[in-house]
Amino acid sequence: MKKECIEFRNVSFRYSEEGPWVLKNVSFRIPADEGVAIIGHNGSGKSTIAKLINGLLFADEGEVVVLGTPVTEETIWEVRKKVGMVFQNPDNQFVGTTVRDDVAFGLENRGVDRSQMITAIDNSLRAVGMIDYMLHEPHRLSGGQKQRVAIASVLAISPQIIILDEATAMLDPKGRKEIMHTVNEVKDQQGLSLLTITHDLNEITQADRVIVMSKGEVWLEATPREVFAREKELQEIGLDIPFVAKLANELGKVDVPISQQPLNHEELLEELWTYHSNK
Amino acid sequence: MSNSLIIGQYVPSDSFIHRLDPRTKITMIFLFVIFVFFANSAASYAWLTAFAVGIALATKIKIPFILRGLTPVWFLIIFTFILHLIVTKDGDILFQIFSFPVYSGGVIQGIAISFRFFLLILVTSLLTLTTTPIEITDAIESLLDPLKKIRFPVHELALMMSISLRFIPTLMQETEKISKAQASRGVDFKTGPVKDRIQAIVPLLVPLFVSAFKRAEDLAMAMEARGYQGGEGRTKLRELKIEKRDIFSFIIFGLVIIVLFLLRV
Amino acid sequence: MDISFKQVNYTYQPNTPFEHHALRNLSFTISSGSFVAIVGHTGSGKSTLIQHLNGLLRPTGGEVSIGPYQLMPGKKVKDIKVLREKVGVVFQYPEHQLFDETVKKDIAFGPKNFGVDYEEIEKRIPPILDAVQLPEELLERSPFDLSGGQMRRVAIAGVLAMDPSVLVLDEPTAGLDPRGQKEMMDMFYQLHNAKGLTTILVTHSMEDALQYADHVIIMDHGTKYMEGTPEDLFVQKDKLQAVQLDLPEIIQFLRKIEDKFQVSLPYEGQTISELGIQLKEHLKGDVTDE
Repeated sequence: MKKECIEFRNVSFRYSEEGPWVLKNVSFRIPADEGVAIIGHNGSGKSTIAKLINGLLFADEGEVVVLGTPVTEETIWEVRKKVGMVFQNPDNQFVGTTVRDDVAFGLENRGVDRSQMITAIDNSLRAVGMIDYMLHEPHRLSGGQKQRVAIASVLAISPQIIILDEATAMLDPKGRKEIMHTVNEVKDQQGLSLLTITHDLNEITQADRVIVMSKGEVWLEATPREVFAREKELQEIGLDIPFVAKLANELGKVDVPISQQPLNHEELLEELWTYHSNK
Repeated sequence: MSNSLIIGQYVPSDSFIHRLDPRTKITMIFLFVIFVFFANSAASYAWLTAFAVGIALATKIKIPFILRGLTPVWFLIIFTFILHLIVTKDGDILFQIFSFPVYSGGVIQGIAISFRFFLLILVTSLLTLTTTPIEITDAIESLLDPLKKIRFPVHELALMMSISLRFIPTLMQETEKISKAQASRGVDFKTGPVKDRIQAIVPLLVPLFVSAFKRAEDLAMAMEARGYQGGEGRTKLRELKIEKRDIFSFIIFGLVIIVLFLLRV
Repeated sequence: MDISFKQVNYTYQPNTPFEHHALRNLSFTISSGSFVAIVGHTGSGKSTLIQHLNGLLRPTGGEVSIGPYQLMPGKKVKDIKVLREKVGVVFQYPEHQLFDETVKKDIAFGPKNFGVDYEEIEKRIPPILDAVQLPEELLERSPFDLSGGQMRRVAIAGVLAMDPSVLVLDEPTAGLDPRGQKEMMDMFYQLHNAKGLTTILVTHSMEDALQYADHVIIMDHGTKYMEGTPEDLFVQKDKLQAVQLDLPEIIQFLRKIEDKFQVSLPYEGQTISELGIQLKEHLKGDVTDE
C-alpha cells in the first residue's frame, strides 16, 4: 500500500505581494517508498519547494501536506521533527564549534538527554564516516566533510524524510561523490524517504521518479529514463543530460537500436553488446 | 592566514593545565589578578613569577612561543615603565635624561608596575592558550547562571558567543579572500596616503557585510530547520565537571597565596 | 607573457605550530598564448599557486617569473601594480567582490585603480559587455539587484576591463547550472582565442580540461604530480586514480568499449555524435580491429 509522504496541492508562492510568482499552481504527490529528485535550472523554484515542505516558507495558495499533516504555523515543529534538511552552503549550516557540537545542536533543541545524545551522535557520525573527526573544527574540514556532518546532524534526530537542497552544488567532484554515496547508503539502511533537489542530472539516476521544474511550474514528471530521452527539450530549459544518455541518443539517431534508455555505462555497453552480436 | 593570528590562540595539548575545568582556570586567574596587587617586595614578585613560569612550563607550550605571542604588549609594558620613571619623584635623583630627573623610587616603581602588568598579561594569555574559546564560553555561561534569576539572557548570550566563535575563522577567510580579489583589481591597502587607504576599505567592507548578512540569513534558516526554538527545554551536550585535579589546583593556589602574604613586607 | 616557476616553495605561518607547506619545489613553464588547466584536489596547492601569478603571495623559496616580472623571497616587487594589471584573476565565486553602486562603476573600478583614463574605460566597456553577454541596460543598475549568474558576469567583466594579457580563472563555473557552465566556458575560450590571452584555468572538471586546455598540470600535496597535453595525461588511469582523479567520462567509456569488444578506439577529440557513428561502424560486426 502506498502511503502519501509529501503532497503539494495547487501550491503557489511568491516572496512579496506584487512580486513575481516563484511557484505557480504546483501539484505533485510523493509516496513514502519512493526516492524522488526535483531538478530545474537556477531560479526554477526548486529550492522554494524544499522550504515549503518544512515550513521555512508558507504557501500563498494551495496546501502542502507532509506525512498527513498540513504544514501551518501550528504544525511546523511537528513537521520539522520528521523532515531533515541539508542545505547548499556547507558553511552556513554548521552551527557548532566542533563536529560533535554541531550534530548535538538538533538534539539539544529537542531536549534529548545527554546519554542518549552521545549514542545518537556516535551512531550518526559513524553512518556518514566522520566518527574520526568528532572534535574537529569546521574551518579545518573540506566542504564534502562539512556536508557529511550536516547529514549526520539530520540522521541524529531520526527523521522520516531527508531533503537535500542542492547539497552538492558547492562541492568538488570528490565531495559530490562522497555525499551521494553516503546518502544512498544511509537511506537504504534506515529506510528513509529521500528528496533530492539538484541541477546535476548525474544525481538523479538513482531516483525512482523525477520532477522537472521550469519557471515555477512542474514541466515533467517521469522516470529518469524518460527524462533522459528528452535531451533537446531539457537543454532548452537550461539542463543537460549525462554523457551515457547523450551517447545513447546519438546512437539512436544513426539507427543503432537502443531498447531502453541506459542510466549508466554498463547498461549502454549491454545494449551495444546486443547490437554487436545481432549483426 | 595572517601571522598575527597566533596571539593567544589556542594550542592543543593534553597537559594538566589544558585539562583543568575552564571555570577553575577563570576563577584562579581572576583571583591571581587581585593578588598580584598585594605583592610589594622583591621576594613576593619573585614568588609570583616563579608560580606563573611554573604554570607556563606545565602547559607544555614552548616558552619562546608564549613570549612571542606577547610581542604586541611589550610596547605597553615599556611605556608603563617610562611613564612611572618620569612621574614618580621619590628617593634620590639617580641621573637625568633630557633634563628629566630620574629618581630611584621611579625606577623601582616603574619596574614593579610594569612587571605586575607583564605577569597579568602572561597569565591571561595562558588561559587562552590552553582553553578553547568554547570552553571559555561554557564557563562563562555556567558562572553567570545565577543571573538567570534576574532574567538576564545567559543562554542567548552564550549562544551568540559560540556562534561568533564558530564564524570568526570563516569571516577571516572571507576577509582575506575579498581583500585579495580587490588587490587583484588594483586596490592598495598597504601604501599611499591615509585618505586613500581609508577609501580602499569600502570595496572590502561592502562585500563583507553583504556576505555576512547572507550567512546570517542562511544560518537562521538552518537553525530553525533543525528545531531551534530558544533556550527553553534545551539540553546540553557539553558538560563541565569539577574533577580531583581542579580541587588539587585550588589547594596549590591557596598555598601560593599564603606564601605570598608571608613574603610581603 | 611566458610564465615560469623555478623550485618554488611556499610556507604559511612558518616557524609556528600552524606551519603549513602549501607548495614544495614546484617547477613548470607556461608559454605565452597557451590555455593551461591546473587540476588537483582541494588542498593540493592550486589556489596558493595562482596567488603567485599576480604577486598576491611571494614564494618563500625559489623564483617565479611572469614575463619581465620576478618574484623572489624577501624581495619586494617595485611595480606590483603593473603586474596585477597584466594578470587578471577571476576568483572563485567572483560575484562576492562586487561592491559599487552601479554595474558600470564596478566594472570600471579595476582599470580606474590602474590609472586608465575615463575615455579609455568608456571605450572598453561595450565590447566587454558583449563578450560576457550582458545587456547595456544593466549598466546603471545596482549589481545587487541582478541574478546570481548576471552578477558573476559583471564581476568577470570587471576583470576583463583591466585588459589583462594573462587571465587566471579559479573554478569559474562553480555553482552554475549546466547551461550556465557551458556558456561560461565557451565565453572564456572565445576570449582566449580572440584576444590571444594566456589562460590559466583551475578546475575540478576533467571534461573542461580535456575540451579547452592544451596543457594540463596536475597538482598533489603542493607538488607537481604530472604535466602534459590532456590527450597524454588522461589515458593514464592508474596514475590519476592514485591521486583520486577520474578520467574524463568519454575516455572512461572508450576504455570500457575497448575491453569489452576487443577493438581499438582511442580518444582523438571526437564529439559525442562522432563517437556514435564510430561505434556503429566498429561494432556492426563486419569491421574488425584496424
